[in-house]
Amino acid sequence: MAEKITLSKKDRMAVAWRHQFLQGSWNYERMQNGGWCYSMVPAIKKLYSNKEDQVAALKRHMEFYNTHPYVSAPVIGVTLALEEDRANGAKVEDAAIQGVKVGMMGPLAGVGDPVFWFTLRPILGALGASLALGGSILGPLLFFFGWNIIRMLFLWYTQEFGYKVGTAITKDLSGGLLGKITEGASILGMFIIGSLVQRWVSISFTPVVSKVTQPAGAYIDWANLPAGTDGIREALTQFASLGATGLDVIKTTTLQANLDSLIPGLAAVCLTLLCCQLLKKKVSPIVIILCLFAVGIGGRLLGIM
Amino acid sequence: MSIITIALIVLVAFLAGMEGVLDEFQFHQPLVACTLIGLVSGHLAEGIILGGSLQMIALGWANIGAAQAPDAALASVASAIIMVLALDGGTANSTDAISTSIALAVPLSVAGLFLTMICRTIAIPIVHAMDAAAEKGNFAAIDGLQIAAIALQGIRIAIPALALCFVPAQVVTDALNMMPAWLSGGMAVGGGMIAAVGYAMVINMMATKEVWPFFALGFCLAAISQLTLIALGVIGVSLALIYLGLKDLAKNGNGGGSGDPLGDILNDYE
Repeated sequence: MAEKITLSKKDRMAVAWRHQFLQGSWNYERMQNGGWCYSMVPAIKKLYSNKEDQVAALKRHMEFYNTHPYVSAPVIGVTLALEEDRANGAKVEDAAIQGVKVGMMGPLAGVGDPVFWFTLRPILGALGASLALGGSILGPLLFFFGWNIIRMLFLWYTQEFGYKVGTAITKDLSGGLLGKITEGASILGMFIIGSLVQRWVSISFTPVVSKVTQPAGAYIDWANLPAGTDGIREALTQFASLGATGLDVIKTTTLQANLDSLIPGLAAVCLTLLCCQLLKKKVSPIVIILCLFAVGIGGRLLGIM
Repeated sequence: MSIITIALIVLVAFLAGMEGVLDEFQFHQPLVACTLIGLVSGHLAEGIILGGSLQMIALGWANIGAAQAPDAALASVASAIIMVLALDGGTANSTDAISTSIALAVPLSVAGLFLTMICRTIAIPIVHAMDAAAEKGNFAAIDGLQIAAIALQGIRIAIPALALCFVPAQVVTDALNMMPAWLSGGMAVGGGMIAAVGYAMVINMMATKEVWPFFALGFCLAAISQLTLIALGVIGVSLALIYLGLKDLAKNGNGGGSGDPLGDILNDYE
């Protein structure tokens, strides 16, 4: 029997590197097939020495493929293991390879989207953005390096996992683990989105609801303060106990203050839920965004926002 | 702008365009793209702040299935260039420059989306050429075609960026100064609200009856301003672990208990 051909770590790393460009030729016909074939090139070159086998392998990897670009890593790992077996004479049909790809891409995409796009990126992004809003370069750096380190480690180790475990991985996939990861990510994601809605959707209604003349003692009596620094001291002492309403004789309450006393951010959460409904009714997000700008300008013109 | 600055901006735009489809290194995210454009144009501080503000809006923008989100790549690159032009032209008020650029960026992101669709259509003949290359076993051609397809996505953003760079800074500044207060103020109000759309997209993707209470918890806890985002993250992770743990326990415990929880606890004390 001929010597066994195996993919070295270097070959597997070359595949992992190319796999990062999976979506480059994303097309409406077979989606990620071009990028997938491009990723497999180093392995095909190594495994098959005669032209016929190479052509057959390239063609077999131009089939339809589409999943989340990161969780595709274990799929390519398993495929590498299958191709290696085939190159060494094992009977692995084309249909088996395509079957593994198609069988894995669906359930894995269902995990990749909530974990990466809806949990990890909003969290890292919000963390970075909140630092960046203060003008700190740490914000973008944290986001960029944090994301890429996590991503590259994930791509490499899950590809290796797929390569080592081979087709046995499909047993793990059908188990409860993936479901649990998805559920955990959804819980964390919803929790964080809830807090982001409270903190970063800003709506402020400016109309004045009431003006009340406050009784003596409820405001700082500016005319009768002691002179000099004593006066400042006295004013600050009174301010500390009276709060912001102590500055003027007349206490104005805006609509916003009323809403905030119910729960801060009430308007923000109502707006978010409204957007959810509109999106469910297939209104384009871009239309909603443009409408919000129009509402903002209208609100400012009318003096209510 | 000097030629070097323009070249660097176009380079950043190219990377952002590539990433708009690859979604790997995240050069298309506002936090990265705006910061880089700020860096190469000498307005780093403003670039970071613009990136942070846009990032908060674009957090939930991801293309899943048929629902296409606005294009973050063109939105961040274009708004950063507009901001740089305004600042170069002598706009004193950087807050106004930032909020106006955000408002202008959103319609541009629609144009970006349209350009993506064109690229994804052009990719079909490219993939057919790859089929032909595969037929001949031509590895180099497959590599070249894949790289060409990626470059196409880069050019998608690089060309509009280059065109924007040639808008005279004075024009942008004059336009900003001519803008009445109600318009710039109104756009700032609108800009405060549009983050809701991105969050709603995420919610629609993840929400089930089971996870809505966690949204409510996050919303209420965030009102406590002493809790930083990291603290909120820790609470979120803990809640998820506790919930999953308890759910497991409930599943395993089914049928195993005597139906008398208090009795079980008392028995355990023996």
